[in-house]
Amino acid sequence: MTRTLVVWCADWPVAAALAEAGLPRHLPAAVFHANLVQACNASAREFGVRRGMRRRDAQSRCPELLVLAADEARDHRAFEEVLTALERLRPGVMPLRPGLVALRSPGHYYGGEDEAGAAIAECVVSLGVWDVRVGIADELFTAEQAARCAALQETYAVAAGGSAAFLRTLPVSVLEDPDAVSLLQRLGLPTLGDLADLPGADVRARFGAQADWVRTVIHGGGARPVAGRTPPPELDCAVDFEPPLSSAETVCFSAKQTAERFVAGLGERQLVCTEVRIEVETERAAQEAGDGPASVRRWLHPRWFGAVDLIDRLHWQLVGTLRAGDIRSAVTRVRFVPEVVVPESVHADGLWGGTDARVERGIARVQGMLGHEAVVAPVLQGGRSPGDRQAYVPWGDRPTGLRDRTLPWPGSIPPPAPARVFGDPWPAAVLDGGGRPVVVLPRGGVSGEPARFRPGEREGWQPVAAWAGPWPVTELWWEPGGGRRVARFQLVGVDGRAWLVTYDSDHWITEAAYD
Amino acid sequence: MLSGLVQLRAGGAYSVDGMALAMALLAGPSRAGEWCAVVGADDFGAEAAAELGINLDRTILVPEPRESWLEATAALIDVTTLVAVRPPARVPASVADKLAARLRTRGAALVALCDRGAEWPRAEVRLSTAGPQWSGAGRGEGHLRSRRLEVEVRRGAAPARRTSVWFPADDGEVRPARRAYAAVPELADEVPFGEAREAG
Repeated sequence: MTRTLVVWCADWPVAAALAEAGLPRHLPAAVFHANLVQACNASAREFGVRRGMRRRDAQSRCPELLVLAADEARDHRAFEEVLTALERLRPGVMPLRPGLVALRSPGHYYGGEDEAGAAIAECVVSLGVWDVRVGIADELFTAEQAARCAALQETYAVAAGGSAAFLRTLPVSVLEDPDAVSLLQRLGLPTLGDLADLPGADVRARFGAQADWVRTVIHGGGARPVAGRTPPPELDCAVDFEPPLSSAETVCFSAKQTAERFVAGLGERQLVCTEVRIEVETERAAQEAGDGPASVRRWLHPRWFGAVDLIDRLHWQLVGTLRAGDIRSAVTRVRFVPEVVVPESVHADGLWGGTDARVERGIARVQGMLGHEAVVAPVLQGGRSPGDRQAYVPWGDRPTGLRDRTLPWPGSIPPPAPARVFGDPWPAAVLDGGGRPVVVLPRGGVSGEPARFRPGEREGWQPVAAWAGPWPVTELWWEPGGGRRVARFQLVGVDGRAWLVTYDSDHWITEAAYD
Repeated sequence: MLSGLVQLRAGGAYSVDGMALAMALLAGPSRAGEWCAVVGADDFGAEAAAELGINLDRTILVPEPRESWLEATAALIDVTTLVAVRPPARVPASVADKLAARLRTRGAALVALCDRGAEWPRAEVRLSTAGPQWSGAGRGEGHLRSRRLEVEVRRGAAPARRTSVWFPADDGEVRPARRAYAAVPELADEVPFGEAREAG
């Protein structure tokens, strides 16, 4: 029977956060989530910092405690390096969570279990992970507990068939369910052995599924094969230019084959890429900075990237950065990295139809003439003024950061919406019966009834036939120097046309027309 | 939407004098799932368009084509069914002819948005609005609800046809005003508005 080996990197969130921040690992540090200690390292524990402690209490015990923010993505990202290294030693690793990974024990390949553990610990330590412990046992749960019993960088092997004896001595606090642990302790059942002696059905009913499962393990029913993970395939493609190329057109032309290879590589795995990162390296950037590409940009596609789309994005990126002056020397390398891939079937075209591809081509032609940002898709979003309630998204980008339309947005104008919304509002003027400019008072009242108005410089003066409002809004009051007080009016002239005219702090503007 | 007034025909060019009228013409094909494009309108009110029934997912905007408006329009005629364009002040007849030929080959229609005194030569039908009457707003109270509008349709040299429409009616729909006798209470609503006008 294959034995299971568990590698445990203790206090992984702290180790990952310290490594990312480039701080030495001996400093007392803790990772906080929701103001509670989520994990802390050994130096912090020496000061009495514990899991679940409030930040104020932790800092009172250890004033120099490094406070780090919890970030699960960072933990996963950092652990990926460990997984890759372990995979090189022994394929088929099963990551359990960041900091904890199981693999099938290599058996006698290294000469024995202790030697195998030592080899694996050495491999992990060489990555800069100091606190690593290895446990080997018949099944996963026992191996994990063995790893927790192991000393720093050491291996603790539970002999074959010795799981029950080993587990029986452990305290019940190894269970992850705090309610069950507390209950067992209060009932006077301090070890897993006591738990194991209880009848099975009662354990499940009283202490939950995990306690029942642990009981089954102790009784010899916990064998679960380690399901290996498949290493993620290498999907990014790069092309080097020798000699370096200085014109965007030649770069795009030369990258065409690479883009096709990139799409084909994804296609072989029945994947399509919906978000891509394009990295451009230049001669000068390589000399000056030593590493890091000169221009990196992420591109989203509303459907998925084909080779032509990739070349379009590359062209826009090159032209844009050349214009901005980010790239000043010749391009040596272009790299396409897939950021988000999805199965092809999600995006597959229907059997019939597919005229959309034709439309996309036409749009691409206009974009080629006028630039990427010149062709836009109108989208609706939440907001108070008509201009805020819509957004123009460059065609080919996905809209991001839109405001929620389902929120109430007090101060917004009731429908019907104006047909013309001016991107640049027109300067307007509104006078009362005495010919004085109308002023909106701080409490929202008006100094006089609007009698005459002029919506824009090109429009003439005319009397007000009807008006509605004001809809007052205080915008950006939370920002220093903000606090724009804005009041919107609907004004109907005697010619019957209606306008949305806004009093903005001290002047009048026309934001929209009910054309 | 304006089906009683004008029938859009593939290959035709239509001239309108306002954004709302252009949107009303786009709404029909857009509702039917066709792609539409709007060239040169940097003041396109997306929310009003959605209220009129335009499918924004299948609407392409080129807000500022600058001097390339003709190329952009021609390229979009190739791929969409209906293109609304706000032309610059003077459009030579030869340009209009070229576009008309393209419209006929591609089976698309053009809506020329001539709201800045521009004129589209060779327009098959010219639509214009007159006498808008908003109801709902008073002297500070209420808000704009509905509008009654005269739409004038001129086809070539034939005499103009005038129709009164609710654009929009109280429920947001656009419909001819005469047929809707349910509109009587709405007319009653207009009385304070009339008073306001006299008072103003």
